Amino acid sequence: MPHEFQSRASVRQKATGEAEVENSVREQEVGLLSCPLDRRSFLKCAVASGAALNLSALAPPLAAFPAAPVPQKQDDAQFTIEAKFYQKLENKKIKCKLCPRECNIGDRETGYCGVRENHGGTYYSLVHSRVCAAHIDPIEKKPLFHYLPGTLAFSIATAGCNVNCKFCQNWDISQARPEQVPAQYAPPKLVADLAKQRGCPTIAYTYSEPVVFSEYLMDVADAGHEAGVRSVVVSNGYMQEEALKTAYGKMDAVKIDLKAFSESYYKDVVTGELKPVLDSLVTLRKMGKWTEMVYLVVPTLNDSDGEFRGLARWVKANLGQDVPLHFTQFHPEYLLKNLPITPVPTLERAKAIADAEGLHYVYIGNVPGHPAENTYCPKCRRIVVERVGLTAKQMLISKGKCPFCGQPIPGIWHA
Amino acid sequence: MNRGDTSRRDFLKKCATGAAVLGAAGKAWPEQAMRAEGMPLLAAAEQTAAPGKSKVVIARDAMLRGTTTTVDSSRVLSLLDRAMQSFFNVDHPAEPWKKLVRPGDTVGLKINTLGGRGLSTNVQLVEAICERLQEIGIKAHDIIIWDRDTDEMDRVGFHTSTADNRVQCFGTDRIGYEDELSTFGKVGSRLSKILTQRTNVMINLPILKDHESAGVTIAMKNMYGVIHNPNKCHPNGCDPYVADVNMLPAVRSKMRITICDATTACYEGGPGFKPQYSWQENALMVSQDPVALDYTSWQIIEKKRAEKKLETLEAAGRPPRYIATAADAKHQLGTNDPRRIDLIEVSA
Repeated sequence: MPHEFQSRASVRQKATGEAEVENSVREQEVGLLSCPLDRRSFLKCAVASGAALNLSALAPPLAAFPAAPVPQKQDDAQFTIEAKFYQKLENKKIKCKLCPRECNIGDRETGYCGVRENHGGTYYSLVHSRVCAAHIDPIEKKPLFHYLPGTLAFSIATAGCNVNCKFCQNWDISQARPEQVPAQYAPPKLVADLAKQRGCPTIAYTYSEPVVFSEYLMDVADAGHEAGVRSVVVSNGYMQEEALKTAYGKMDAVKIDLKAFSESYYKDVVTGELKPVLDSLVTLRKMGKWTEMVYLVVPTLNDSDGEFRGLARWVKANLGQDVPLHFTQFHPEYLLKNLPITPVPTLERAKAIADAEGLHYVYIGNVPGHPAENTYCPKCRRIVVERVGLTAKQMLISKGKCPFCGQPIPGIWHA
Repeated sequence: MNRGDTSRRDFLKKCATGAAVLGAAGKAWPEQAMRAEGMPLLAAAEQTAAPGKSKVVIARDAMLRGTTTTVDSSRVLSLLDRAMQSFFNVDHPAEPWKKLVRPGDTVGLKINTLGGRGLSTNVQLVEAICERLQEIGIKAHDIIIWDRDTDEMDRVGFHTSTADNRVQCFGTDRIGYEDELSTFGKVGSRLSKILTQRTNVMINLPILKDHESAGVTIAMKNMYGVIHNPNKCHPNGCDPYVADVNMLPAVRSKMRITICDATTACYEGGPGFKPQYSWQENALMVSQDPVALDYTSWQIIEKKRAEKKLETLEAAGRPPRYIATAADAKHQLGTNDPRRIDLIEVSA
């Protein structure tokens, strides 16, 4: 699941004051209040700020929500469509072909993700148009640093995830089944229209794990493109090749969370596998998708020099020197509350190693004000995009080139 | 579920005549509950098994359905009584229940309705249990029949009931899960508030069936219905996750007994109902050792598979390894050693 906070409420729950500061800065600079769609959070947001994002067009009247703090019984049929990417087996069983886990699912059972269910030998997605979180975020929050800097992304999620990271920041939605979290009916065209109305050139699929709502993601992307709104996905990349090509083929940019560079970490901490994620990165590269990578540095678990070096060498050899790589700071969450926040020197060590291996765009994330948030020209070393926190303060790149030396800077810089 | 008025009237009559007995009922604790609460490892229930053994009772009634396809309520009650009396070595139908619960307890009856009509805990069995519980002084509204989803329950005949003076019947979806995680092993789960807040005793009422990934699903796996994320506990044939869920303190400390509804069972194609792979075992299985019960039940399924010329679950690539894990040194939830299982079979 991605390393991106989904709501003010979840940030408030964090033990660290730093996250509070980060979030506060983010909201002030964006000038819009990120607001999830559940009733309590919506009310909090609405009361807290007159500048709150008006989701009334997306949310039904608040009276439609239950008075008690209990998930509203939802009309499952509204959100249910036959899934793509599966194979029918004998005895009404199915094999899911969406992610490498390939769940064999008996009748009336769900897959590991919890949002795809076998009913009578037909496999269904239970989360089409079932949005449990919606915010307007700066694109830098994804983070995508080489994609339309300074613009906003209309960001949505459904419940569910196909892994179970012990450090997950949004586990309350990613590790929940759809009926356990409040959600709104948000059909693709509505999302596209809202994004356009709110001045967002991009729709982002994020917070939980978009792999598991691929059908919805594809339909929203199509609706968005018809309306002139692009799509980006923030994903763990743990996906089968065919599904990746079909679903993420509709994306304009991709951010992949590479959780570590060891299979043991993927097995023990992520409940997944490294190899398929590396394969996905290579496939995206071959597809020509603009891709950035995040590596959440977790103290003692994936912070060795050897891993940083191995990762940097692999990226250079398989994806090239120009793929942005973000080393981001871990905050204790979910099942890893016993570990400290990643020390900044650790992140700087990771960056130094990746720089030394020849990667051109290595960033440090979740450390507001750190100079490694900026984009530097790899040739003349001047700042070409200056950032503070999640805000792009200056965007100097012109026609994809450094304004000082003319060096091409890869990315999607202009709408 | 709607309890019949007849049962309630009977109960009131019995209460009026047996009031003196109710106050004298002691509270028996299963071994795991005593461990959790630091009590001595001695219980009336445990004494009924041979020393050092776990007792499993299988009670069968070939005429359970008479000439119809559904089980007969009075014969189910009779079968339940025989199973429970045999398990506790007592003569009177009320006595076993006095060893499990006492007035003032709030008793959760955790049923299993995932399989839908045809392969879910029988309404008749649950009614019979409610009747016996009320006879020993448990108030109707202190009994909660529950599973994870109210609609699933409704579809198999457990209709929603929340009136003050009635047995309660609803799913976790009505009141939700705890916000805090409970963890044993790798997966953290939010527990049903019915388990954590609404009941202090749990009686486990699973069914006997095959399972696509776990091999079999009987007593221990029925506890997947108390957590919010069973989907995260299915890899590797549910091993060690089934054992881990049963280690959660709220589960261990509240579980008193398992009464497996093996009236209709399934040897292939589970957990959904496949008539072609189901058979009428017409049995109830009782134990306070969920590992022993699961091990014994697994052997019944293997026997049926052999009869039907199907390969073993091991050969099919889905042996229920979690049963051995539940018995290991880390879990110690019971025994899977047949030499340490005191198997009692009773028939009508």
